[in-house]
Amino acid sequence: MFGAGGGTSAYQEIEDTDLIILWGSNARETHPIFFHHLLKGKKNGARMYAIDPRRTSSVAWADVWLGLEVGSDVALANTIGREIIAAGLCNTAFIERATTGFDAYKAAVESYTLERGEQLTSVKADVLREMAHAYARADRAQICWTLGITEHHNAVDNVFAIINLSLLTGHVGRWGSGLVPLRGQNNVQGGGDMGAIPNKFVGGQDVEDPALRATFEREYGTSVPDTRGWHLSQMFEAMEHGELKTVFVLGENPMQSEADAKRTRRLLEGLEHLVVQDIFLTKTADVAHVVLPAAASWCESEGTVTSSERRVQRVRKALHPPGQAKDDLEILTLLAKKLGKDWGAPTAAEVWQEVQRLSPWHGGMSYERLEAENGLQWPCPTLDHPGSPTLHTRLWSDPVEGARAGFQVVHHSPPVDTLTDEFPLRLTTGRRLDSFNTGVQTGGYTSPLRHGERIEVSPEDAVRLGVVAGEVVRVVSRRGAIVAPIKIDPGLRAGLTFMTMHFPDEVETNILTIDAVDPKSGTAEFKAAAIRIEKLGVPETVGAGGAR
Amino acid sequence: MNAVPLPFVRTVEVTIDGRTVRVPEGTTIINACKTIGIDTPTLCYLENLTPVNVCRVCVVEVEGSRVLVPACSRPVDPGMVIHTDSDRVRHSRKLVFELLGSSVDLSTAEPRFKADMEKYGAAPERLAPSGHSDHGAPATVQQPVKIDNDLYVRDYSKCVLCYKCVEACGTDAQHTFAIAVAGRGFGATISTEFDTDLPDSACVYCGNCIGVCPTGALMFKTEHDMRAAGTWDESRQTATDTICPYCGVGCTLSLHVQDNTIVKVTSPNDHDVTEGHLCIKGRFGWQFVQNR
Repeated sequence: MFGAGGGTSAYQEIEDTDLIILWGSNARETHPIFFHHLLKGKKNGARMYAIDPRRTSSVAWADVWLGLEVGSDVALANTIGREIIAAGLCNTAFIERATTGFDAYKAAVESYTLERGEQLTSVKADVLREMAHAYARADRAQICWTLGITEHHNAVDNVFAIINLSLLTGHVGRWGSGLVPLRGQNNVQGGGDMGAIPNKFVGGQDVEDPALRATFEREYGTSVPDTRGWHLSQMFEAMEHGELKTVFVLGENPMQSEADAKRTRRLLEGLEHLVVQDIFLTKTADVAHVVLPAAASWCESEGTVTSSERRVQRVRKALHPPGQAKDDLEILTLLAKKLGKDWGAPTAAEVWQEVQRLSPWHGGMSYERLEAENGLQWPCPTLDHPGSPTLHTRLWSDPVEGARAGFQVVHHSPPVDTLTDEFPLRLTTGRRLDSFNTGVQTGGYTSPLRHGERIEVSPEDAVRLGVVAGEVVRVVSRRGAIVAPIKIDPGLRAGLTFMTMHFPDEVETNILTIDAVDPKSGTAEFKAAAIRIEKLGVPETVGAGGAR
Repeated sequence: MNAVPLPFVRTVEVTIDGRTVRVPEGTTIINACKTIGIDTPTLCYLENLTPVNVCRVCVVEVEGSRVLVPACSRPVDPGMVIHTDSDRVRHSRKLVFELLGSSVDLSTAEPRFKADMEKYGAAPERLAPSGHSDHGAPATVQQPVKIDNDLYVRDYSKCVLCYKCVEACGTDAQHTFAIAVAGRGFGATISTEFDTDLPDSACVYCGNCIGVCPTGALMFKTEHDMRAAGTWDESRQTATDTICPYCGVGCTLSLHVQDNTIVKVTSPNDHDVTEGHLCIKGRFGWQFVQNR
């Protein structure tokens, strides 16, 4: 944010904060060890607000639950923002010194009165007001979020709406005050930091900046395209139009992880050439022309990953990979050689030296320091720099160092998959504690908590539909239909249903989800599909999903 | 740096075994001892847990105090005169070890525990002359191992009631509250609610109880099975620190590997991300790399 793609706070800061907002995150189950830090914060006296359509096991720890409508996050944030302004609780000195665009923001949120906020979000006006005042008045406050914010067609708007609140109140760039996006995978942060995103080189450096491009062209001795590449959703678009015919997939299982699975399968199967590099023969590898067996990056090879607090940490080889499986790095260098480029046989440590040389964030992170200091948080530009637990402290220097942080005008935009009489129920998706994504990894161990995939419905809807727990039903969206057993979850409100994508071999949830994509991030709206539930004519024995 | 400015802390001067030591106010005796290299035996104490003062292994003599005091929890007072190796202390520690060793199967206890017993000359057999061996608890506490899931086992014949598991499951880390001490006196045991099997309890299988258990009463099922098969061999094991492959928190996993197979997973107590604690995926979710 503000030009640096990373959370602003160290995990430990939440232990010292006064107010915690957990927004669109079931961290108790999806980031359990971060939640330990959060609980310490609570123990130290912090007040906690949870914003989530579901009453999850995380919400159970909150002082206040704001059970908003799926996809009404911008409306909620703008209402909070408007109330803070209307009540005269803005941090005016901070806004004037460190930000731009306040007037436009103020004008834009003017229409989000408490009454309209309640209409759009279903959260009571007095609760919205109470949270707005508490957030603005807190000495230190943190907003933490996860995929409940980012798996929407307006994901980036959602994030902007939250950032706006932090700028309004000055809750950013100070110990205990910050913005904490919790990353879903162990190296999502690092992948982006290393330049595995369409618009950045390593260290968040823009590919469309000619001066930066020149640096990289000199380093690599080759020319670099002057426009950004495609993100994942654009790649699928390009496959649709026949522009993209060859795809190289490393360590992903898009066949099962992408929204609208039917379309994904059609496009991947239609490729002229699909190469998959993975530790498993995944469903995606099944349809590949070439499969390159890889070593597990976290325990069969050396390297680094970067966590949600921007901490670069070492991964180490503890096991020998099986059979012909090779380290990712070795596969890539061998491939380069076949393509006519001899990169030698660099070790992970040697590649890291290139990162240190080219990235201003990582310059001071030698392998020796990463070993000795339990990892380091970027930016860490020089060898004598201690690393940066808190980001954007510069916004508090007077005058501000570097660019000011800008308010972004964003507006409510409801989920693309609208609810109708034909599809009256909202399906939202998420994760469960013991499982992970498409279950490729977690399927390997026997969890006593696992009961197979089920469609979770509210008690009210169960009565209305005449279904009981364990009954197998047909779930239909505009894109397809699946069968799954019912689970009744009192944490869901009438009209809301929930599934995960952990068991795609038994219950292919992504047949139902919609690939309405955020144009900026390329993330699909996994959190909001419209469905209906049909009773099956013939009583079926429970089998699908292996439910008890 | 961006850390919170530390509040001003007074220091106090104490005497430990005749040596003068200056430590910050509020420092516990055990940590004051540590600053001058005096090692204190402990059992129920762990850096990442709140002291519960139940085992009395760490007691020291404080001049002016009628009874021995637990070093793990007692903060130093200005001018305190502490003896860590007096006859009274040695005798007390020895007796505590003997009482524990005579009533509990310590065959899989931490090596440190056994070393301390030797150091203090503890001879548990003098209190339990019959029906006790190195590999079995006295008949009075002997009970079957509880095996009710595929991840970890509970062998309460080995439990010294140090409370660490209860604390790790409760307010010191996990806040799941699946276990507590049930019963009183000789009948006291660690128990799930109504003594149900784990799958019917509130347990979420984070294994943080195993992580803190000093005697092997709580044990990975992998370790339990390998011990039963006679294949468990710590001399052939390596421990390698890496980062968990799951969510983006970045927990350090110490992979304990024997014969190219992960046999258990721990996390360092002194790491500020995990403080030794993990979730079910980090603790148990690694089998996929060895479904070869």
